[in-house]
Amino acid sequence: MSQTLLRVKNLHTVFPIESGEVRAVNGINFNLDRGKVLGIVGESGSGKSVTAYSILRILDNPGRISQGEILFEDEDIVKMPIGSVRQIRGAKISIIFQDPMTSLNPVYTVGNQLMEAILLHTKRNRKQAQERALEMLKLVGVNEPDKRLKQYPHQLSGGMRQRVMIAMALACEPDILIADEPTTALDVTIQAQILELMRDLKDRMGMSIIMITHDLGVIAEMCDEIIVMYAGRICERGIVDEIFYNPRHEYTKGLLRSIPKITAAHERLTPIGGSPVDLLNMPAGCPFSARCDQAMKVCLTEYPEEIRVAQEHLASCWVNVRDGIRYEGGEGARTNA
Amino acid sequence: MPEHLLEVKDLRQHFPIKTGFFRKTLLKAVDGVSFTIDKGETLGLVGESGCGKTTVGRSILRLYTPTGGSVKYKGDEIDDSNIQRFRREMQVVFQDPYSSLNPRMTVGDIVGEPLDIHKLYTTPGEREEKVANFLQLVGLNADHKRRYAHEFSGGQRQRIGIARALAVDPEFIVCDEPVSALDVSIQAQIINTFEELQQKLGLAYLFIAHDLHVVQHMSRRVAVMYLGKIVEMAPADEIISSPRHPYTQSLMSAIPIPDPKKARVRRRIVLEGEVPSPLNLPSGCAFRTRCRYAIDQCVTQTPELMVMSPGHEAACWNPQNN
Repeated sequence: MSQTLLRVKNLHTVFPIESGEVRAVNGINFNLDRGKVLGIVGESGSGKSVTAYSILRILDNPGRISQGEILFEDEDIVKMPIGSVRQIRGAKISIIFQDPMTSLNPVYTVGNQLMEAILLHTKRNRKQAQERALEMLKLVGVNEPDKRLKQYPHQLSGGMRQRVMIAMALACEPDILIADEPTTALDVTIQAQILELMRDLKDRMGMSIIMITHDLGVIAEMCDEIIVMYAGRICERGIVDEIFYNPRHEYTKGLLRSIPKITAAHERLTPIGGSPVDLLNMPAGCPFSARCDQAMKVCLTEYPEEIRVAQEHLASCWVNVRDGIRYEGGEGARTNA
Repeated sequence: MPEHLLEVKDLRQHFPIKTGFFRKTLLKAVDGVSFTIDKGETLGLVGESGCGKTTVGRSILRLYTPTGGSVKYKGDEIDDSNIQRFRREMQVVFQDPYSSLNPRMTVGDIVGEPLDIHKLYTTPGEREEKVANFLQLVGLNADHKRRYAHEFSGGQRQRIGIARALAVDPEFIVCDEPVSALDVSIQAQIINTFEELQQKLGLAYLFIAHDLHVVQHMSRRVAVMYLGKIVEMAPADEIISSPRHPYTQSLMSAIPIPDPKKARVRRRIVLEGEVPSPLNLPSGCAFRTRCRYAIDQCVTQTPELMVMSPGHEAACWNPQNN
């Protein structure tokens, strides 16, 4: 029996702007179990990063959570006073950002920045904090850690900076690590090193990871469960094999078809037609309907409810309703994705 | 009749870099690169950031003046005095569709500007008609010509960039990471557009990218670069199925496979360490510091491209079988 660490219920995050309200996250539900890697995929603007920022309440102005609950250890992060959220940030839930250059402070040394989190969230004194910082740098595979502690971010390479970010995020042994496109800015050989490192640390420290990426390859290698987002909604979620081998949403199907496969050389690709949806001008029904070749009348007017299509697989698509695809197992069907 | 459309021979691009108050060091961004591209062919060029792949593209087009080597187009050597003549035949599509289009120009002017420069029309009506044709060719609407670049999505902007490159009827286009800034679902659209245009117009591409899936899909042959040199060049299928250079092998094994079952059973070669500084290259083979198969010869002698099998070359003293 796995233990659920985080429950997100009916989360809505909006950005009010002059010409209206951008509904970046539009009523999503998911759970995260201990020790699992949950992947969130979607195009730019699908709301995957906003979901992560909502969990830590680090939304940029004027974004705010308008509705919903984020339960962490049975406490609602949405309703917490900001002081309590700060207790969680960095200590229990940490985040690593896409761009390690802009997320490290250029005027402080690596050691300084690493120790800040440790001093803030644990009972260590300066000397112990420095030891811990050194230990963390060793753990993430930074060479010459003694020297690095005294260096500034610009003196490190991209891969090293991302390792420092990971060291910083893991210094207080969080329960959840949110990785927001952690390897997108890195080269493939460095990406392989970082992914290997994250997998290894997850096994050793027993934490859960929320992996946000648009790279389906990274998802396939790292994740146990997947959430596919489109226009602020979850269109499909389930265990990794179900999503890859039995996709039940037209968007997911299109996404999987559109990646060039190394085995099928020189075959014409099947792209998803059209352009991403305009978040300010969302259609009434399914936001993907404008680009979907299976779209029916009902898709334009009504958003499809999420139905269970297999034991550990849920999807929101009218095509499943039309085709009568529904999992009736009952027993063993977990409410979790 | 010359054999190849483009013939690059021993291309060198060294940049002087200030490393001290009085000291200057040469950064060898491209150091002796040779290859050929035939009419209607696509050569893929892959490598990690800083390996010099973009510089190769820019040196060929003389956006930088190469410090050594020669570039021949249809048998004629290109130099500073005659480059204007070749600009009509060799074009470029840049990576970032956001910064490579002038925000103050309408789409019609962006695509029309090359026509103005090369005086490719006689009446204003003809210019309009040509612009409309090129927009339609890349899958845009002719009515779009009155709009500005910011009104378009990333994929559409990249189409504008392609239309601009096509406007002068080139035969050869350098595609410098043309899809890396786009979402996966849009990437496929643009890749298909490139392929359709190639079939329709007989274009040759130098397709530069770091995404091996995309390069392998697009290209007939692929060249792999590491620190300014081509380390391996082979037909696209062979680069994937039987790479011989240890660097290519680790590069191949590092690509995440979008297939969970295969990903689980795959053996991965994770490279140790990082790319050495191009200002301070190791002696001999530049890859030897990260190579697990390095032998004594790799320290003392720089390997040149050697034929492994017909059409397959690798620069390695100790080539491996997969």
